[in-house]
Amino acid sequence: MPTILIIEQILNGLQFGIMLFLMAAGLTLIFGVMGLINLAHGSLYMIGAFAAATVAGLTGSFVLALIAAMAAAAIAGVLVEMLVIRRLYSTNHLDQVLATFALILIFSEGTRLIFGSFPLFLNIPDYFSGPVTLLGGIEYPLYRLVLIFVGLAVAGALGLLINGTRIGIQIRAGKNDREMIAALGVDISKLYTLVFALGAALAGLSGALVGAIQSVQVGMGEPVLILAFVVIVIGGIGSIKGALIGALLVGLTDTLGGVFLPEIFKLFMEPNAAQTSGSALASMAIYILMGFVLIWRPTGLFGTRL
Amino acid sequence: MTDPILATHNLHKSFAALKATDDVSINLYPGEIHAIIGPNGAGKSTLISQICGELKPNSGRIELLGQDVTLANTLARAKAGIGRTFQISALAMEDTVLQNVMLGAIGACGSPWRFFKPILSDTRLRNIAIEALVRVGLQSQMSTLTSELSHGQRRQLEVAVALTLKPKAFIMDEPMAGLGAEGSKVLTKFLDNLRGEAPILLVEHDMNAVFALADRISVLVYGKIIETGTVATIRSSKAVREAYLGDGE
Amino acid sequence: MIRERNLNALVLILLFTVPIWAFFNDQPFTITLATRAVIFALAAVGLNICLGLGGLVSFGHAVFFGIGGYAMGILAHHAQTYTPLMEAPFLIEGTKSMPVIWLVAMITSAFAALFIGMLSLRTAGVYFIMITLAFGQMLYFFSISWTSYGGEDGLSIYVRNEFPGINTLVPVNFFIICFVILCLVVALNAFIKKSPFGLALNSARQVPQRVLTVGLNPTHLKLVAFVISGVITGLAGALFADLNRFVSPTMFSWQTSGEIMIFIILGGVARLCGPIIGAVTFVMLEHFLGGISDFWHIYLGILLLVIVLFAPGGLVGLITGRGISHD
Repeated sequence: MPTILIIEQILNGLQFGIMLFLMAAGLTLIFGVMGLINLAHGSLYMIGAFAAATVAGLTGSFVLALIAAMAAAAIAGVLVEMLVIRRLYSTNHLDQVLATFALILIFSEGTRLIFGSFPLFLNIPDYFSGPVTLLGGIEYPLYRLVLIFVGLAVAGALGLLINGTRIGIQIRAGKNDREMIAALGVDISKLYTLVFALGAALAGLSGALVGAIQSVQVGMGEPVLILAFVVIVIGGIGSIKGALIGALLVGLTDTLGGVFLPEIFKLFMEPNAAQTSGSALASMAIYILMGFVLIWRPTGLFGTRL
Repeated sequence: MTDPILATHNLHKSFAALKATDDVSINLYPGEIHAIIGPNGAGKSTLISQICGELKPNSGRIELLGQDVTLANTLARAKAGIGRTFQISALAMEDTVLQNVMLGAIGACGSPWRFFKPILSDTRLRNIAIEALVRVGLQSQMSTLTSELSHGQRRQLEVAVALTLKPKAFIMDEPMAGLGAEGSKVLTKFLDNLRGEAPILLVEHDMNAVFALADRISVLVYGKIIETGTVATIRSSKAVREAYLGDGE
Repeated sequence: MIRERNLNALVLILLFTVPIWAFFNDQPFTITLATRAVIFALAAVGLNICLGLGGLVSFGHAVFFGIGGYAMGILAHHAQTYTPLMEAPFLIEGTKSMPVIWLVAMITSAFAALFIGMLSLRTAGVYFIMITLAFGQMLYFFSISWTSYGGEDGLSIYVRNEFPGINTLVPVNFFIICFVILCLVVALNAFIKKSPFGLALNSARQVPQRVLTVGLNPTHLKLVAFVISGVITGLAGALFADLNRFVSPTMFSWQTSGEIMIFIILGGVARLCGPIIGAVTFVMLEHFLGGISDFWHIYLGILLLVIVLFAPGGLVGLITGRGISHD
């Protein structure tokens, strides 16, 4: 197998993983701080993508599109938090799952109502399009490389925010002891809304960034949502570090599995059967990975709460 | 002297630097009530958890009827005859009193794998359950929802569930907590008669009850047993006095 | 306010008489709708055993629904193409016989539930929800990529399968078969609820540590509940595939798992007939709202939201005036 292909696929896996991280970070923060499972997180991703496609179509500016994506998702997030989610913090997980499932239905159909069923297109801006030559003569799409860097930058900023700022201290305290931070005079309800908005903005951002390489359509959020759940379960619910490592693991496993498993199967099977069973196994690989992680550590790699 | 029903030998358990259980050896002999007292944070709950199998000791042994059960889990120890009541009532609040005791009866009969026969028409289970309820005086509350019981009645129900199991040894974690004077008096009288059936390891804060009931008392301070003896011995012990007064109680 | 028992009887009677009325008035589509509702109800009654009694929030019951569907699809596919399912080491042929298909669907679901349950019950809470969801997705993607049985396109069956002595091609006959199965399973559920197992399971949901101290293993109780639950949902899957004469990976999708949960919540958790009322309501909404607007899922979403936020006892709770709380 040529090295170039392997490196290319590793980069693809990283790019996929880092975009999953943007989704997973919000989910895991929201769960860690508020104890809430938010299925509607995928809808915020979709809202980001639609906002970006609309603004890019109107203004032609990709940067404005990204800002619009984050703003739209954050606003939707705040609205949802204040109207619905807030009532769910003290209820059980079943209610949370169902209420946020209901939100998915409302958001998806609402978006279909406004934009129709046909996909929108969001183009990669000219200055990021085309391939770039890496060390060793590998040609790789510039935009995907940009995604990796943007994702890493966000991860870094998030790390700084959590570990180095006053808000971060409050968020970390909120994970451990709600009464404590209330006693310290922090307005807990404002903090929750803020965390929710932050998570929503990240989801919106990744929706817009990924929307430029895939199509922007209703239902785009749910597959990513489920992968993001796999990520946070592997990483340990509530842990940002776990989300990053889980996201990269899932991204790499999925991408590399899809390419290499059929090849590996061809070593000892006839090509047709190898292709079928190889890709069948690859499509399940991340779930198998998750199964093994949970058997080994029932609360994920960096999780403590059951 | 006869063999103990339950014994711990040189039990140690620490959490990081904290020695929660430090070389604890206690015996529970047939027919006795052995009380464990000690100031808050002395390690009483940790000790109970190890005896019931929720925590594994770092070293030492636990024996039940001469069998080493140190490595057995909670389930195995319950089956081997440890009957436990919880400090904070662990009862199915959505269910009736009778249903809660029935659970004990199912456990006593060993098998929950019957799917068709309505439990309320199973006379064997029902008899076990009702007998236990009659003994603690809750039979009139049989169909009351557990969530509607008073605090004291829940304590009685806790004891009733343990009774159904006909255990070899009772482990009771603060059964008097929150009972009030009248309730304590009733329960004290009840436990007094119960010891003939199976010995009781009693963790309790209510000193009146302890002094009225205990055949022997062990005083636990900072994870260590500083004194074991009869009520008279403990009352006159200098070490105990210091430990308690030193802690400001 | 009506008592729950009377409500249960009323629901079953209505569910039975409407299609019979439709039969005499030549309204086959109503019969199909009713059959659809009955099968959804069956799947939900299955889920309710582990969700309502055992407190296990399984977000992966589509696994069993799909397994049942594919058991029917694969067996009938081989029967209609006259190809054996397997030749070595021994010959297995396809079949068009419903009872055989049901048996295969139930046994396969049982093994799947045992396997998934053993792994998933190592975890609890959110992790349990997520891992069951992941198993569902796993089978979903597997069914898409496994092209021997249609892959993404699914499998079509030309003629409905046979039941000895009954002409299943007549819609009302197939409805009656499904309805009888539903009644049997509801009765089974009612028995289980009152049995020693049901009581122990109910306690394992509320106070697992107490169940341990009376010498019973709460994990085993929950595992058995999960298996029973999976078997019933698997049977529902086989019937659903037979109703549509079609199976596809959609049966494995997480939306399917979500919908089965919705039936329960609409009706009321841990109610005997909650899932039935929920499924009937769902099918009626789907039919009537779907007829008015392409966007009927919005209304379903709003209704669901209102019920979760303001009527935690579901429709049964509203009608009987008694809410029930679960943790």
